[in-house]
Parts: sequence; C-alpha cells; structure tokens
Amino acid sequence: MNSISPNIALFIPCYVDQFFPNVGIASLELLEKLGCSVTYPIGQTCCGQPMANSGYERDTAGTARHFTEIFKGFDYIVAPSGSCVLHVKEHSPKIAGMEKEQKGIQDKIFELTEFLTDVLKVENLQGSYPHRVGYHASCHGQRGLRLASSSELQEAPYNKAHHLLKNLKGLEWVELSRKDECCGFGGTFAVTEEALSIQMGKDRLEDHLSHQVEILTGGDMSCIMHLQGIASRNRENIKFKHIAEILNEAIS
Amino acid sequence: MSHPENASAFLKDQSKAKWHDETLWFVRDKRDRISKTVPEWESLRNLASQIKDNVLSNLDNYLEEFEKNALKNGIQVHWAKDAEEHNAIVLKILKEKNCPAIVKSKSILTEECHLNPYLEKNGIEVVDTDLGERIVQFLNQPPSHIVLPAIHLKKGEISELFHEKLQTEKGNEDPEYLTHAARTHLREKFLGAKVAITGVNFGVAETGEFVVCTNEGNADMGVHLAETHIACMGIEKIIPRRKDLGVFLRLLARSATGQPITNYNSHFRSPATGKEIHLVLVDNGRTAQLAREKFRNSLKCIRCGACMNTCPIYRRSGGYSYGSTVPGPIGSILSPGIDLNKYSSLPFASTLCGSCSDVCPVKINIHEQLYEWRQEITKAQGTNGKSLSMKLANGIFRSPLAYRISGKLMRIALKNLPNSLIYHPINSWGKGRNLPETPKETFKEWYHKNRS
Repeated sequence: MNSISPNIALFIPCYVDQFFPNVGIASLELLEKLGCSVTYPIGQTCCGQPMANSGYERDTAGTARHFTEIFKGFDYIVAPSGSCVLHVKEHSPKIAGMEKEQKGIQDKIFELTEFLTDVLKVENLQGSYPHRVGYHASCHGQRGLRLASSSELQEAPYNKAHHLLKNLKGLEWVELSRKDECCGFGGTFAVTEEALSIQMGKDRLEDHLSHQVEILTGGDMSCIMHLQGIASRNRENIKFKHIAEILNEAIS
Repeated sequence: MSHPENASAFLKDQSKAKWHDETLWFVRDKRDRISKTVPEWESLRNLASQIKDNVLSNLDNYLEEFEKNALKNGIQVHWAKDAEEHNAIVLKILKEKNCPAIVKSKSILTEECHLNPYLEKNGIEVVDTDLGERIVQFLNQPPSHIVLPAIHLKKGEISELFHEKLQTEKGNEDPEYLTHAARTHLREKFLGAKVAITGVNFGVAETGEFVVCTNEGNADMGVHLAETHIACMGIEKIIPRRKDLGVFLRLLARSATGQPITNYNSHFRSPATGKEIHLVLVDNGRTAQLAREKFRNSLKCIRCGACMNTCPIYRRSGGYSYGSTVPGPIGSILSPGIDLNKYSSLPFASTLCGSCSDVCPVKINIHEQLYEWRQEITKAQGTNGKSLSMKLANGIFRSPLAYRISGKLMRIALKNLPNSLIYHPINSWGKGRNLPETPKETFKEWYHKNRS
C-alpha cells in the first residue's frame, strides 16, 4: 500500500447490515486495527445481487447507479462478502454516463480476506484463537474471486483465509472431506429448491461435524446463515462466526 | 413436473439419494486424481477450448470439407435439419436393406431424436448394446446420465431385472455374473443384426473419418458383424485435423470416468468391400444455438458428463429430475434453446457454484450461461408477481430512506410475529431452517451511534 493512507470505504451487504451487525463491526474494527482509515458511506443499500441472480439483472439499474454514486470517490471498497463483491464486478448492468466510475469501482472493490492478503499484504498475523475451526469456502468467493485454489483445477494449492488464520496461536485448521463443495444456499435457490438446499446444507454440515469442528467460519454470512439455520433447527453442537469476527477477536 | 418437485421426490428416499451422491462423487474424485497426474492438464483444456472456438467460427467450411472427404472415402453422407428428418433417413435405409432388427451403440443424439420409439413404431426391433443402456431399455427408461446411463440403479435392482428378462438366478447380485448374462444375450443380437447404428464422438474434417469411443467395444462388434453401418452425428462434433484428436481423447476419458483412455477409440474411414457406411449429419437446433452469441459456446461439449458428476444438484436430484435428454448443468444450458418454456426451471436448478465450469474439459462457461438463461427466461415470461417484486426491490435499494424503513419493518415483524407464523409452511426458508435472531440494531444504527 502507498505510504499515504488510502481512503477505504466499507461496504456492508444489506442482509449483514440487517441481521449480522456484529460482522460489520468486526470488519470495521479489524481494518482499523491493521492501520486503515475506513469510512462507512451511510447512504449505501444493496448491490442488487438477489434480483440479478433471479433473472432480473435489467431491473437492478437503479440500484447499481446508486451503488456507483455512493462508492465512486474511494481508493478501495472492502466488503465482508465474496458473493456481493463478485456481483458488483461481473453482473452490474452498465450505467449509461457512468461507465468510467463503474469500471473504477469494479477494479477497486475487494472481498475482506482478499484485501488483507493482496492489498495490505498481511503476513504472520499475531494473535490467539484456541479453537478447532472449519472453513466453509463459499462458491462465489472460491470460484468467482479465486480466494482459494479449486479442487477441480490443476494449480498450486493456496487459500487466503488459511493464510490469515494459520499463525493464530492455538487455532486448529480442520481439513474437510469435500473442501469446496457448495452448501446449497444459492440465494433464492434456498427457497425455490428448498428440499435440495436443505439436503446440501445438511451434507456440508455433516462434513464439519464428523471432523469435530468447533467453529464453522467463512467469508459469506449468507451461506453461514443457511448452515446455522439448519444446525440450530437440528440442535447441533457447533458455533458459527464470520472470519472477520475470528480475526478481530484473535488480534485484540 | 418442474425440477424442484422432481428433486424433492428424489430426496424422499434418503439412503438412495445419499448413495447416488456418493457414487457420483467417487467418479468426480477419480477424475480429479487422474487429471492431476497430467502436468499440462490446464493447457490441454485451453487448447481444446480454442480448437472448438475455431470449429464453431468455421463450421460451414469444415462441414463441407468433411463431407467432401467422407464421400471420397466411399461413405454415403446424409443431411438432416431436425430429428424428424434424421429418423426418416434412418428408417429409409433400414427399409432398403429390408432390416427388421438393429443393434445400436450409445448415441445421445439418437436419444435426442427419440429414434428408438420411432423405429419400434415402424416395426423394427432396436437393441441398445451398451450394458447400461440395455438395462434402462429393459425398463423402458431413458438414460439418467449421458456416460453412465443406469447410474441411478443399484445392483440389487439390476439383479431383479435380469432375473425377469434374462432368467438369471434370483438374488444373484454378482456384477461379473450379471455382465456375463448380458454378454450372452447381446451376442445373439449382434449376430442377428444386418445394420448397426452408432453415434460419433469426433468427425475429422481433414480426412473424412470419424471416431467412436466406447468402453465395451460394442460399437466395433456391431459394425463389424453388420453389412451396413449408420453413424449419426451432430454437426458440432467436427474437429479440423486428425492430430487434434490426441487433445480430446486425453481429456475425454479422464474427465468422464477417470480412466487414462477410453478402451476402444474406433476410427471409421471407409466401408469394407461389399459393405456400406451411411453418415447422417444432424442440425436439430444446433445452428440456432450457434447464432446465440451468449450460448454458442455450449456447442463445444464433448459429452464427457463431468459436469454431472461434479454438480451438487445433479448428484442429489438424479438425471430424471431434469426431464431433458441431456441432464445436469450442460443440459440446463442446451435444453432452453430447444424449448424455453418446457425447460424454464432448469437454469434455476443451480446455485451458480461454478464447479461445472471448472471441471469442463473444453472450458464451457456453464454457470455463466445458466445466469444468462435466467435473464432470458424472465424476459420471456413477461410481467408477473416475481417481476413486480423485483421492480419494487430495485425501488427500495436505490433509495437509502426506503431501504431503512423497509428493513426496519421487516426486523420489527420478525421480532414480534409468533414462530407459528414465521415458520408457516408457505415460508420455504423456515421449513428446515431457523432464522437468525433479529439483532437489536442494524450495523447502520450502530455506526451512527459509535462512529459518526
């Protein structure tokens, strides 16, 4: 990063704002602890992903224009969600007259762990987190933003979340049987294909439970909300935290 | 029935659904392991994809070159614009040969054209000679997977079926025993058929030859015993040169079943003395798909089935849940081009997880095309309740005030409504999942208090 502190905007996805304020707080505090100067533009709403993935990308023009207006002046935009970041990068409809601003946003928006590893170049995070942690690789971060190597591809193994967590004292990173299989959330898929969604979630959860995972973490609260919802309905003994919460807790 | 209804029915038999998932995951895993023994795997995928790009951009020229060379080799070439023409051409040849029974090795194209029922209606006995296909044929079912047609059946079910159809011992589930019984049964059929039908995996423009890949050698067996060979080929199966074959054959078997090579890659170039080869080149919607800029890439498919094996939806809903000849992710981007209305639920039978695109040996951007088909389908469906709610959502998200008010109303409702209402059966979220606890304030409210 430049020696002059860049102007960083925090983008908190709508469902995180409404249901998981602690994830927003953890993201903000974590970035501040790492020396960033962060603003949360107060007029922000949603990126438009739920509509676009349902087949109504054309109806997200107003949402995309608003998003661009809100975030255009910043050096970086950081969000604790791979899925929303991928949407902004790939599926925002073109906004007439704002092409340059829109392209600028698409180039400088980052998912949180990606921002920490690739922009802040965080190495050797010092802290302590004595727990058995299972990582859920959310698909849009995994195969869309390439936050970790894909099991399908021939490539050198890497994982940005693991890179950040591996030095925390006492943290046990759990290897799963299927390290990057989908959990079945999938936005509206969770309700339109309810039976499949639940089955996929149960199977994903079982992988963590059978490996004695104590805390299931990940970079997207949407997948975690789905898995947590199934676990809590079935009274499973497992906790859920966004990776921002773990990092923020561990290094304080 | 739509995909969600079919999937939900499939999942009712929990132990079988789990078995189906694990069986196909085993194939996916085998594919992963063997692909990783080829250091140049990703370059091979790139190369294959580029060769197919070239083919799709020059398809007209390659097809003419292919036809010219095939004719020179003594192959009789026929063109069919659709399934109907294809079936009529095949029947005409069979009538000329006065042929009452044919053997057929696996061909997804003839499934697509519904050739079997058409020939049977015209009094011709059709025997599928691929073991899996023969099994589903006995059951009057279509294949549930393009490479593993009977993957939805367990060996106990096959044992019962063979006891009924082939008089094998009741309760004997030994796969070797059952395969031997099928072999004896098929041998008779092979010996009796004057005409053999095969599909085509690759047609080589440069030489006019074509290649058929089978693991059981059943294409060769049929063709060599028969007097006439009818090969049915989709026009997108062209590759420019014989030397391109190596790229595809290395990718195909590894992607399909995790084998280093298909057992039989049979080259057919010209008929033996006194025999005939007929090649039927079929369009059936392919040129229409080629004209669709966003979806033309789907024609690169070499029918390896890897996207089915990796798909977390396919593995847990089975091939029949799609109701289309080609099921799974690739089927869900091909089928809407054939009938948008009938297959409108298929592009939504996905979480857009992207695993299909990463396993695809010819790098078709399958999940991106699923996303694009969703956009097309909602446009075609016009205004309905869903489209109005999307317009409403856009209205809310473009206005910070509307967002704050509607968010607040939702949170108040969730906090105060009784669980019996929140988890009402019409709320699909709550059927098998709890909702998160509603926090006392939003992040926005917290930020307002603590930071500004």
